[in-house]
Amino acid sequence: MNSDHHVILRVVSKMLLPIIVMFAFYTQFHGDFGPGGGFQAGIIIAVGVILYALIAGVPAAMRAVPPAFTRSLAAIGVMVYAGVGYWAMLKGGNYLEYQALFNEPPGEHHGQHIGIMVIELGVLFGVSGAMLTIFYAFAGRVAEIRDKDW
Amino acid sequence: MTGVLEGDIGIALVNILLLTVLFVVAIAIARLRNLFAIVMLSGIYSLVSATWYVVVDAVDVAFTEAAVGAGMSTVVLLGAMLLTSRTAKPDKKFARLGPLLVVIATGVMLIYASVDLPALGDPNSPVNQGVGLTYMQINWADTGIPNVVTSVLGSYRGFDTLGETTVVFLAGLAVALLLGFGERSLAESIRREGNLPDRNAASGAEAGKEEDAS
Repeated sequence: MNSDHHVILRVVSKMLLPIIVMFAFYTQFHGDFGPGGGFQAGIIIAVGVILYALIAGVPAAMRAVPPAFTRSLAAIGVMVYAGVGYWAMLKGGNYLEYQALFNEPPGEHHGQHIGIMVIELGVLFGVSGAMLTIFYAFAGRVAEIRDKDW
Repeated sequence: MTGVLEGDIGIALVNILLLTVLFVVAIAIARLRNLFAIVMLSGIYSLVSATWYVVVDAVDVAFTEAAVGAGMSTVVLLGAMLLTSRTAKPDKKFARLGPLLVVIATGVMLIYASVDLPALGDPNSPVNQGVGLTYMQINWADTGIPNVVTSVLGSYRGFDTLGETTVVFLAGLAVALLLGFGERSLAESIRREGNLPDRNAASGAEAGKEEDAS
């Protein structure tokens, strides 16, 4: 195996990976207060997995995050988002009317917070799953990037 | 007043610098033929434009541009580059004339239109007076969420964001339908390389040939 001369890259990336995923969750859950949200967090999580695929090889990444999981995750994300809409309809409101989630009067914001948090989770799942599916579709064609390809 | 003026001049200089870098990178992308360099330069283009979005106070857009443009699409383009050749075909002598005329005509029209644009951050511009101002005023009472961008995306324009998520999902689905999910072709290429006894010596030429054929 030609794993010797990338050792610095591997060690540094291994240290960075948890920080990248942590930053994605910060972006996700801090979206109410600052820049960020489900789209950005989903991309950052996907980039974390892709970085792992670049340093450890696509087969290792596919063992850690299987393609069947990523494509289900993308579908589940869209379903979670759309499900919030039906949840509001079951409660007697309009589609995606967060105010109706807990039958609140206009002054209270519990439903808005919960609704936006859940749809942002749906966006996170949908975007990260779809991005990883796209990456696997391209990267699965070449098992390992040889040095001469760079 | 002088303080505001100095601040404006500083920001104007940063704007000019960043836009000049963007211009140079765009020219370099148009002139290069090496696909790897072009992919890297387009990542740099995204990163510089993200910086520029920060300068004009569009932090959310900058974040998205840095994550999607500089991170994700660079990786996807690199992956696509591995499936094709490394250099673009050289153009024919006069093949560039038509695109050049289109670009010049569009540029002239945009410059002509930009004369009518309001100044950056002008409080009386239509953007800041119309629906934007309304959102700023009613957002806190309606949703109780401090970040107006999030409440507009998630609550006021929840349907749009649902559509965007669906579009991203459909993009993933379309790529998977065209190229496959990646598992089977990966197993195929591992089997192909695993059959070769001496990987480092023989696999280069052998696998290269097979990839060209496929």
